[in-house]
Amino acid sequence: MLREIRPAIVFAIALALLTGLAYPLAITGIASVVFPDQAQGSLIVRNGQVIGSRLIGQNFTSARYFHGRPSATTAADPADATKTVPAPYNAASSMGANLGPTSKALAERLQADVGRLKAENATDPVPVDLVTTSGSGLDPDISPAAAFFQAQRVAKARQLPEARVRALVTEHTAGRMLGFLGEPRVNVLALNLALDQMTP
Amino acid sequence: MTLIGWLQIAVFCALVLALTRPLGGYMTRVFNGERTVLFPLLRPLESALYRLGGIDEKREQHWLTYTVAMLLFHVGGFVILYALMRLQAFLPFNPAGQTAVAPDLSFNTAVSFLTNTNWQNYGGESTMSYLVQMLGLTHQNFLSAATGIALSIALVRGFARASFKTIGNFWVDLTRCTLYVLLPICIVFALFLVWQGIPQTLGPSVEATTLEGAKQTIAVGPVASQVAIKMFGTNGGGFFNANAAHPFENPTALSNLLQMVAIFAIGAALTNVFGRMVGNERQGFAILAAMAVLFVAGGAVTYWAEASGTPVLHSLGLAGGNMEGKEVRFGIVASALFAVVTTAASCGAVNAMHDAFTALGGMIPLINMQLGEIIVGGVGAGLYGMLIFVVITMFVAGLMVGRTPEYAGKKIEAKEMKMAMLAILCLPLMILGWTAIAVVFPPAAAATGNAGPHGFSEILYAYTSQTANNGSAFAGLSANTPFYNLSGGIAMLVGRFFVIIPAMAIAGSLAAKKAVPASAGTFPTTGGLFIGLLIGVILIVGGLTFFPALALGPVVEHLAMQANTLF
Amino acid sequence: MDDSKLRKRMPVSTLFDLKIAAPAIAQAFVKLDPRTLVKNPVIFVLEAVTVLTTFLLVRDLVWGGHDLGFTFQIVLWLWFTVLFANFAEAVAEGRGRAQAETLRRARTETRAKRLLMPDNHEVFEGVAASDLRPGDLVVCEAGDLIPSDGEIIEGIASVNEAAVTGESAPVIRESGGDRSAVTGGTTVISDRIVVRITAGEGSSFLDRMIALVEGAERQKTPNEIALNILLIGLTIIFVFATATIPSFATYAGGAIPVVVLVALFVTLIPTTIGALLSAIGIAGMDRLVRFNVLALSGRSVEAAGDVDTLLLDKTGTVTFGNRMASEIIPVPGVSEHEAAEAALLASDADETAEGRSIVALMQEKYGVQRRTPPEAAKFIEFSAATRLSGVDLGARKLRKGAVDAVLRFAHEQAGRDLPEPPAFRAAVERIARSGGTPLGLVENDRLLGVIHLKDVVKSDIRQRFAELRRMGIKTVMITGDNPVTAAAIASEAGVDDFIAEATPEDKLHYIRNEQAHGRLIAMCGDGTNDAPALAQADVGVAMQSGTQAAREAGNMIDLDSNPTKLIEIVEIGKQLLMTRGSLTTFSIANDVAKYFAIIPAMFAAVYPPLDTLNIMRLASPQSAILSAVIFNALVIVALIPLALKGVKYRPVGAAALLRRNLLIYGLGGILVPFAGIKLIDLLVNALHLV
Repeated sequence: MLREIRPAIVFAIALALLTGLAYPLAITGIASVVFPDQAQGSLIVRNGQVIGSRLIGQNFTSARYFHGRPSATTAADPADATKTVPAPYNAASSMGANLGPTSKALAERLQADVGRLKAENATDPVPVDLVTTSGSGLDPDISPAAAFFQAQRVAKARQLPEARVRALVTEHTAGRMLGFLGEPRVNVLALNLALDQMTP
Repeated sequence: MTLIGWLQIAVFCALVLALTRPLGGYMTRVFNGERTVLFPLLRPLESALYRLGGIDEKREQHWLTYTVAMLLFHVGGFVILYALMRLQAFLPFNPAGQTAVAPDLSFNTAVSFLTNTNWQNYGGESTMSYLVQMLGLTHQNFLSAATGIALSIALVRGFARASFKTIGNFWVDLTRCTLYVLLPICIVFALFLVWQGIPQTLGPSVEATTLEGAKQTIAVGPVASQVAIKMFGTNGGGFFNANAAHPFENPTALSNLLQMVAIFAIGAALTNVFGRMVGNERQGFAILAAMAVLFVAGGAVTYWAEASGTPVLHSLGLAGGNMEGKEVRFGIVASALFAVVTTAASCGAVNAMHDAFTALGGMIPLINMQLGEIIVGGVGAGLYGMLIFVVITMFVAGLMVGRTPEYAGKKIEAKEMKMAMLAILCLPLMILGWTAIAVVFPPAAAATGNAGPHGFSEILYAYTSQTANNGSAFAGLSANTPFYNLSGGIAMLVGRFFVIIPAMAIAGSLAAKKAVPASAGTFPTTGGLFIGLLIGVILIVGGLTFFPALALGPVVEHLAMQANTLF
Repeated sequence: MDDSKLRKRMPVSTLFDLKIAAPAIAQAFVKLDPRTLVKNPVIFVLEAVTVLTTFLLVRDLVWGGHDLGFTFQIVLWLWFTVLFANFAEAVAEGRGRAQAETLRRARTETRAKRLLMPDNHEVFEGVAASDLRPGDLVVCEAGDLIPSDGEIIEGIASVNEAAVTGESAPVIRESGGDRSAVTGGTTVISDRIVVRITAGEGSSFLDRMIALVEGAERQKTPNEIALNILLIGLTIIFVFATATIPSFATYAGGAIPVVVLVALFVTLIPTTIGALLSAIGIAGMDRLVRFNVLALSGRSVEAAGDVDTLLLDKTGTVTFGNRMASEIIPVPGVSEHEAAEAALLASDADETAEGRSIVALMQEKYGVQRRTPPEAAKFIEFSAATRLSGVDLGARKLRKGAVDAVLRFAHEQAGRDLPEPPAFRAAVERIARSGGTPLGLVENDRLLGVIHLKDVVKSDIRQRFAELRRMGIKTVMITGDNPVTAAAIASEAGVDDFIAEATPEDKLHYIRNEQAHGRLIAMCGDGTNDAPALAQADVGVAMQSGTQAAREAGNMIDLDSNPTKLIEIVEIGKQLLMTRGSLTTFSIANDVAKYFAIIPAMFAAVYPPLDTLNIMRLASPQSAILSAVIFNALVIVALIPLALKGVKYRPVGAAALLRRNLLIYGLGGILVPFAGIKLIDLLVNALHLV
C-alpha cells in the first residue's frame, strides 16, 4: 500500500498540469486563431464600442424596442451587499426564477405580466415565452409569435408601417437548425439593431 | 407533443447507438493495452508518466490495492482543489479579482468535483477565478471521470477473468483513460463548441453598453474546454451559474444535441466494452437495452408533462407548454430530453431549470437519480451501478430457476450479495436520512425557494442529486449554508465511495472465481426476459424505497396542481 | 417432481393433521423467545416492533389514548404475524420429528455382545450399546439388533434394515467386498456375524439420521445465507423508508401515529419469505428423506440443484444388471429352429439371469417347446475354468459359452484343428461391434451358431436423459466395457459421454477435470474403490448397501440403493432453490399493493388529494391499514403448504422456467394482494371492526 503513495503524488500533480493547464491553454490558443470571434464571446461592436454579445440577451424596456423574455437575474443591492435586487439580464450572474408549478408567486407574476402585456399590445393571445422566465435569465431569443405579438406596438412607437416591422421580424426569424433541431426563434438584440438601422 | 419533437428524440437515440460499438471497441483496445491510432503520438507521454510515478505497467493490483491507490489519488486531488479555492485571491488568472471561497463551500465544492457530482452551491462566474475553473475544476472533471471509467473496467475484468488475483493497475487504467480516451475527444469537442459560440478566453469580463444605454457586464472565460469534459465525463458542473441553459455554455440547438450525445456516449460505449470483455457483445447490448427502455419511458413522461403545461398557464390562456425556466432556442422537447439525459447519466448539467418543471416532469429526473443513475449513468459509475443491480436480479432469477445464481459465468454468492446490498443501502440512507433531517431543521427548511410539497421536493432533490453524484438541482433551494455544504459533502462522499468500495470488492471476489460454463440450465442473460426482469428489479427496489418520499413530493404536488391548489 | 415416484417411507401428516398442528401451535409460542428468533433477522425485527407497539398500547390503555380499538387490533395482528411465522417453522419441524420418532424407536437401548479377546470369536460379555467404542468387536446372531454402525469382519448374515430404509425385504451382508457395512438399529435375521464397531456414541448413522430429519443439525446453506443477506438488506431499506416518514409528515404539517408506521414497516419488510425460509429448508430435507435419501448436509442438497454433470454407472443405472439374449444367429447349414432348440436345451438348467433369458427368448421368439429334460440329461454348470455350461444328453454334448471357449471345446471334441466357418466369425464380430456379447453354441465338434447377449437399456432411461439434457445436465456413463461396446450402449441410452474400461482413477480424474472447468459433478457409488471419487464429487450419493468407506465418502446416502435416483435428487435440489426464489419474489412484489393501501391512508389528513392513490377504494384510512396488516399475516399461513410442498419443477430449460415462475409469483405477487386487501377491507367494514 505504501508503494502507492509516490504514484498518488506524481499522478495528482502531473495529470492536474496536463488536464488543468496544458489542455485549456492549448484550446485557448487554437481557438483564438481559428475562431477568434466566438472565442471572445461573439461580441457586437458598433463605433468601436462593445454593445453586447449576439448570444446574450439584453434588457429592453422602451416601447421602441422588441422586448425579450422576463429575466430573473439579480445583482447585489447597492445599499446592502448581503441582499440582492432584481437586475434583469445581468450577464455577470446568470440564474432562473426556479418557481414550481404550484407556486403562488409564479401564478401571481404570470397573471400580472399577462395583464401588462395585454395592455401594452393590442394583440392576442399572449405567447407563453413572453411571460415565462428563461433558465439562464439571458435568453437572447423570443419565439416568432412573441415578436409578431409586439410588432404593432413597435411600429407605432417608431411610426413605421406595421407590415415593415413584421417583414423585419420574418427576416430575422431563424428556423430550426438543420430543419429539425430546437425551435424557430428571433434574436431580440439583432432585431432591435436592425430596427435602429432602419429608423435611427 | 409534436412529430418534430419525437424526431429530435429519435435522432438523439440513433446517434448514441451509432457511437456505442465503435467507441466501445476503441476503449476495449485501450484498456487491454493494445495499440491504437493515437499510440505513436501519446505513448511517449504515457511511458514518461509511468517512469515518473515509478509504475511498472505490467504489474497488476489486488482489488484492495487498486482501491487504496484510487483513494490516495483522491486525497491528492482534494488537497489541490481545496487549496486553489482558498488561495485563489493570491494566484494568477483572476481578472475579476475573486476572493477566497469560504471553507464550507470549498469543502462541498472540492468533494463535489472529486466525486463526479459537480453539485454547485455557488455561481461559477461570480465565485471562481479562471485558475480554479481550469486547474481545479476542469482537471477534476477529467480525473473523476477517468476514475469512474477505470473502476468500471476493473469490475468488468472481475466478470471477464477466472481464477485471477488481480483486477488491473489503477495508475495504468487512469492514465490510459485520460490520455487515449478523454483528452483526444475533448480537444475535438471543445473546438466544435467554440465554433458554435462558446467563449474560450483568458480575458476579463466584457463591459458592454446596451442599445438602451445601460451597462452590461458579460462574463466570459475559458469555457469551451471545461464544457467539453463536463459533458463527456458526465460531470455537469457549469462554468456559469445557469449551466447549459446559459447561451455561452450551450449556444445552439446543435451544440445542445451533441452535448446530450456526449453525456451518453462513454456510458453507453462501456456496456459494449463489458460485452466485449466477457466475450459476448450481446451481454452488453442486453444491459444497454434495459437502460434504453427506462430512458425512453422517462423521456416520454417528461416530454408529455412539460408539453402539457400547467393549469395556471392554461387559465391565463398561455399555450405551448411549460416554458418557465426554459430557453427559446431549445424549446420544450430539447429541454425535457436534456433533463432526462442529464439525470439518467450522472451529468447534472441542466439546460432548463428543473425546479420550474411540472410536478411529474420534475419527478422523472428525481426517479432517474434515485434508481442509482444506472440508465447509462455516470461514466463508469453507471455501469458498475447497473452491474450491482444485475447481481441482485440474477440472484433472484437464479433461485427461481433452481440453480445457484450466476452471471456471465460467475457464481453470485453471499459475499457478492453482501457487497451489492451495501452499495444499494447507502442511497436511501443518505437521501432519505438527510432529507428527513433537513425538512425539520428550521434553518434548512427555510432555505427552500418554494412552499408546500415543491419545497419538500427541492430538499429531496438536493440530497438525491448529491448522493447519486448527479449535481443538477431544484435550484430554488439556497443551499450555500454550512449545514447544506457539510451534509451534502457527506452525502456525495458516501454516495460515491460506498458504492465504489463494495463494487471493487465484488470485482476482486469475482476475478478469483472459476468460470462456470453455460448450460441449458443457465438462465440466458442476453434475451428479452432478462432485460424485462432487470427493469422490474430496478423499478421495484427503487420504487419501494422512495415511494413514500415521492408521494409527499412530486406526486402530491401533481395532484394539488390538478386541483388548482397553490402554495 | 412426480409425487407418484415418491415411495413414502411413512405417512407424512399434513398441515391440518392435529398430531402435527397441535404441537406446532404450542411451539409457535415457545419460539417467541428472542434468543431463538434472532437467527431469523426479519422475524426478529418483526417481534421487536411488535413488542414496541404493545408497550404503546399498554401506555395508551393506562393513560388514555385515541383509537384504542384500532391500535389493539393492529397489535393483535402483529402478534399473529410473528406466531404464524413461528408456526410455519414448527410445522416443518413437526413433520421431521414425526419421522424421527420412528427412527428413535429403533435406537432403544440395546445390549451388545462384546468380544473379550479379538482372536477368540466365541467368548463375549454383555454390555450396553452406548458403552461401545469404535474398534470394539461384537457378535450378532439371528434375532439380535446390531448395536451400532460397523463393518463385518467375519461371517455372512441376512439383515432386516427396515428400521433405516423402510424396506422390509432382508439384505445379505458379508465380510469382505462391497456389502460389509452394517447399520446400528437393524436386525440380524439369520446366521452369525462379527462386527467391528466404527461409530462412536451419538454419531451412528441412526443418530445422524434422526438429527437430520429433526432439523436439529440444520445449518444455513450458502444460498440461504446469501438470500438472508438480501432480506436483511431489504429490511434495512424499509427501516430508512419508514423511519423518515414522521419527519416528512412534520414538514407537511401532520403527525403519524407510531402504530401506523409500524404497520407500514411490517407489511413492507419481507415477512412472508422470512417466515417461510426455514420451513422451506426443512421441508426440502424432509422431501429427500421421504424419498429415502439422506443428505448429510444441506449444502449437498443445494449443490444437487446446480449439478452440471452426472456420472452414472452403466450397470444397474443405464442398463439392467444382467445381459439378455436378443437373437440367435445360426451358421449356414443349421436351421434357426435347430439352433434355438439346442440353445434352449443347453440353458435349460441354467438359473443365471442370462440362462433364463435364453430360455425365454427361444420360446417366445423362435417358438421352441420347453419339454421336461430326459432322465439321462446331465447338466454341466458354468465354471470359471472352462467358461462353458451346457448339457450332456448321452453322446450329444451341448455347450454354450465364451466364443474362444466354445471353439476350444469343438477342437477337443474333434481331436483336430477345425476350420472356423466364416459366417460364425462374421456373426461374432457383428455382435461385438453393436456392443453386445456373443455367446458360442456348439454340439460336440459342430458349431451351431452365436447367441447375441445384449445389455438391455432400461426402457425409460432415454427419456430421463433427454429430460436431464433439457435441465442442462450432461450425463456420463461409466463402464468397464471396451470402448466399442460402451459407445454402442451410450448411443442407445442417449447419454452424452462415456468412460470405457473405467478404473477408479479414471473416475477421479474425470471428476477433477470437469471441476477444473467450473462444473459441478454428481455421482453415485457403492464400492470402497468408489470412495475417492464420491468424496471428490460435489454430490456423492453412496448406496446404503455399499461399504462403510463409500458411505462415509459420500454426502448423501440412498437407502434404496437405486442409482437412478440421482435424477430425482437433482430435481429436489432445484425445487428447494426455486421455492425460496419464488416466495422471495412473491413477498417483495406484495409490497406494491401495500404501499397503495397504506400511504394514502397515512396522509389522508395532511394531503387529501393523495386519496387518488387509493386505487383499491378502501373504505377508510383505518380499515386500509388494518386490512394490509391482516393480509400480511394471513398470507404466511396461506403459503405454508406451498413452502412444505415446494414449487413445481419442470425440466423445460431455465428461460421457460423463469418465465413461468415470474408470471405466477412475480405478477401474481403484485396482483393478489390488491384483491386480498380489498376483500379483507370489505370484511373489516362489514364486521364494523373499525
